[in-house]
Order: sequence, then C-alpha cells, then structure tokens
Amino acid sequence: MATYLVSMLNGLAMGSLLFAIALGLSLVFGMMDVLNLAHGAVYLVGAYVAVALVADGGGLAVFVLAVLAAAAAGAVLGGGLAALTRAIPHHLDQALLTLGVALTVAELLSVAFGNEVHSIAAPAAVAGSVTVAGETYPVYRLLVIGFGMVLAVAVYVLVERSQLGSVIRATVADRPMVSALGINTGRVLVGVFGAGAALAAVAGVLAGPILGAQPGLDERVLLLALVVVVIGGLGSVRGALLGALVIGQVQAVGAALVPEYASFLIFAAMALVLLLRPAGLLPAAGTAVRV
Amino acid sequence: MTDLLTVRGLRGGYAGTTVLDGVDFTVPAGTLVALLGRNGAGKTTFVHAVMGMLKPYAGSIRIGGDELAGAPAHIVARNGVAIVPQGRRVFAPLTVEENLRIAARRPAGAQAPNAWTATRIYELMPRLAERRTHRGDQLSGGEQQMLAIGRALLQNPRLLLLDEPSDGLAPTVVDQVAELLETLRGEGITAVLVEQDLHLAFRLADEVAVMQKGRIVHRGTTADFRRDRGRAHTLLGVG
Repeated sequence: MATYLVSMLNGLAMGSLLFAIALGLSLVFGMMDVLNLAHGAVYLVGAYVAVALVADGGGLAVFVLAVLAAAAAGAVLGGGLAALTRAIPHHLDQALLTLGVALTVAELLSVAFGNEVHSIAAPAAVAGSVTVAGETYPVYRLLVIGFGMVLAVAVYVLVERSQLGSVIRATVADRPMVSALGINTGRVLVGVFGAGAALAAVAGVLAGPILGAQPGLDERVLLLALVVVVIGGLGSVRGALLGALVIGQVQAVGAALVPEYASFLIFAAMALVLLLRPAGLLPAAGTAVRV
Repeated sequence: MTDLLTVRGLRGGYAGTTVLDGVDFTVPAGTLVALLGRNGAGKTTFVHAVMGMLKPYAGSIRIGGDELAGAPAHIVARNGVAIVPQGRRVFAPLTVEENLRIAARRPAGAQAPNAWTATRIYELMPRLAERRTHRGDQLSGGEQQMLAIGRALLQNPRLLLLDEPSDGLAPTVVDQVAELLETLRGEGITAVLVEQDLHLAFRLADEVAVMQKGRIVHRGTTADFRRDRGRAHTLLGVG
C-alpha cells in the first residue's frame, strides 16, 4: 500500500508540472486555434537554463534565479511566437511555423549543451528526504506538489475571479466580440502566450531535478501536454488541471502496477475520453466541438 | 441635423466575394434608422464592416468626422460604436455581471450625467439584476438579448448597431425587447436597426433604408415607407 502512496505522490508531482506546462498550450489553443508545437522546446529551454545555472546543486537563491531567468526567457519566446503566428492566417501554416521554431530551438540547445543526458541537482536546502507513511520521500518532490497547488489556486483566482480573467475567458469563447467591446485582443493574446510560455519554461527548471535535461525531452513533454489538453478540454483552466492530475496518476501508478504498459496507458486514457466525451472532461463553455 | 455615421461607396465581402457593392448610407445624430432587406442582401455584412469586424475592400466609413474604414473593431469601439450582434453572442462562460463589467466604458469626451452604469442597466432590466450571478449560457434567449443590449449600452456608444434583436425570440419576449428599445429611443440614441420583423422596425424607426444585393435601393421616412405598400412588397417580398 505504501508503495502506491509513493507512486501517487510521484503522480501528483508529475501532475503539478504537467499543469504548469499544459495551461499555456490550452489557453492559446482555445483563443486562436493555434497549436503551439514549440511549447515543448520552450520547456526544454527552461531545463537547460537550470543546467547552465544550477547543474551541480547550489543554494536556493541560485535556483530561484534560474526560475526567474527561465520565466523571462519563456516570456520572450512566447511573445515572439505570438507575433509570428498572428501574422499568418492559416492554422496548418501556424502549426508548421511553430514546429520549425521547435526544431531550431532544440538544435541550438543541442549545439550549445551537447547530446548527453544532464542531471540537475535539487537545491541543497531541500535535497533531503522525509518519511511519509513509513516510506522515505524526497522533500523536493513534495515542494513541487506544493507549487502545483499554489499555482492552481493562483491561476483559478486570476482567471475565474479577476477582470483580466473575464477578458481571457471571453476571448477564448468569442474573440471578435471581445474586440467589438474595445478590447485589444491582440495584446491579450500576446500576454497569455507569453505567460503560458513562461510557465512552461519555469516547469522546465522545476522538473530538472526529476527529469533532467536531454535532447528529445521536448517532444515527450509536448506529447504529454497535448494529451492533457485533449483529456481536459481546450481553453479551460479546470480542464488542464484535471487532465494533468489524471495523466500524472495514470503514468505513475501505471508504471508501478504494469510497468511494461505504462506509456500505453496514457494514450488508452486519452482514447477513452475521446470516445466518451469528445470535447474533453471540462471544456471551456461555449467552445463547441467543431466537426 | 448632422450625420453621425456617413458611409460612402462601401465595398466588402468574405474571401474575395462581393457582398457589399457600393453602399452609401447615413445616420443623422439622434435618429434610429431601420435597415431592411431580404436574407442575403448584405445587412449583417454591412453592420460588421461598420463595426470593424470585417475589413472592407474599399469605401469610407466616417463616424463623427473620424475616418474608420479598415480600422480594427477595438479602435472602432473606442470611437463610440457598439454592436448588439445577431445571435446575441453573450459570453457563455461569464456571469451576467462579468459580461457587463468587461464592457463598461466611460463616455468619450466630457462627463455625461446620463452615462450608462451597471446600476442603471439593472434598473432598466431588473431581470438581469436577478440573474447577475448566472452564466451567459444559463440565460433564456430573451435574457441573453437583454444582456447583449446592456453590454452594448455600458460602452456608452454614440452609435448603436442592432442586428436582428428579435431573431429567435418568442413574440411576448420580442415585445419586451421592443419596449426596452423604445425607452432607449426616448433617450435620443442614434442607432441602426437591422430587422426582419417589420412591425418592430416600423414601431421603432424614424427612417427606413432598404438594402438589395449589397446596395441601398430605398431611403425615406418610416411613415412614407408604410404608406406605399406596393413598394414595400416589391422591395421586401411582403405586403
């Protein structure tokens, strides 16, 4: 039983990271139908920021610095991607463009950091373990779970309770109508794109001590984030949270129970959701399934 | 009276097709002009072009002297134009209160004592006050129409574009919407009313314009238009 507790905690930590990654992807897709295939590359930029700054461990201050640097890099990348995709009207072209950016960024990272697997140490102050129900568990992962909870509450308050959140939800539902109210939706879009990319890059730093950094990680993370968005429903904060928690659990508990089928289980879960609820578990209201 | 809206030679459409084929149209300040015409005549396209939701191919759209043809919708809105769109398009995931709050805009220029506020909207439409915590997709069609009108008013526009406010509503609800619009007319709003329901259009409009194949083919007072049943029949296919 205690083994499953550890798996469930691992799943929660993974779910927290996936929520941070998938949120931006989901909101941007909901707002402008742009599937940002460079989202995984933005995550990887964050992971390599961690490699550059805190690879061998170090103080908490350096780690926080890495988080801030990754957030800044992510925001700049996201803003740039928003500007690029806005100038191009067709969805397929936008997808190709972001794919091109993803490949370029991944190649540049590979040139700069090499192709080996980098591991990243958790900050010394939180690198230890605690005993949870008789099992030792890394403090750092508990902090990642805490981060996920704080992020979920903060995003909920921002999106569901603030004026800016109303504008974001309305833009997801009917962007031309928001423009007709005198709101520059282009700026809303750049802001959400930038903030979402910043979160993905921050997740890259935070996931560093768990997943490390290596070429190809961007594609794995992008795929997981896409599954989260499909399961949760496009353009929905609650959907992204639920999807991330489900995938985190399916992955971690699946790996503990039936390790040989673990990766298959994620897509089985997605197929099941698509069969039963094609729009996802908690899609944004007013976003009909377009056939 | 001076024209608040002056449209000259407006051409536009979707993806290269021509829907608006040289529209000339004016709305004097303080006047409610009904824009009539059969389905597909280009009325909604015209309204979208004026609002900046559709970029015209050519022509001029002046609002209070400012040239706004081709300007994006948010700039047109900030110049004092608001729309009650066809199908209402209230924001489904937002509550009534949120729908109104994101639309609120102070009137341009000097302070206006009669500026629309959420409080005034709720006084005018008590039903919305009762439903203020309900989401847009939990409202009835009539309530959504009230909300769409309230949302537009809260922008304190100089020019209001009403695109088929009676569409899809039960007759008793159409009456309520008509009473509301009559109240607004009494306050001297300037508006374009696109409407299939001729009774509603005649009840509200000072003047009538008829659009056919993307052009204005008739313009006159409502009284004059109602007198000539033959013309109404020829233009609209109704008696």
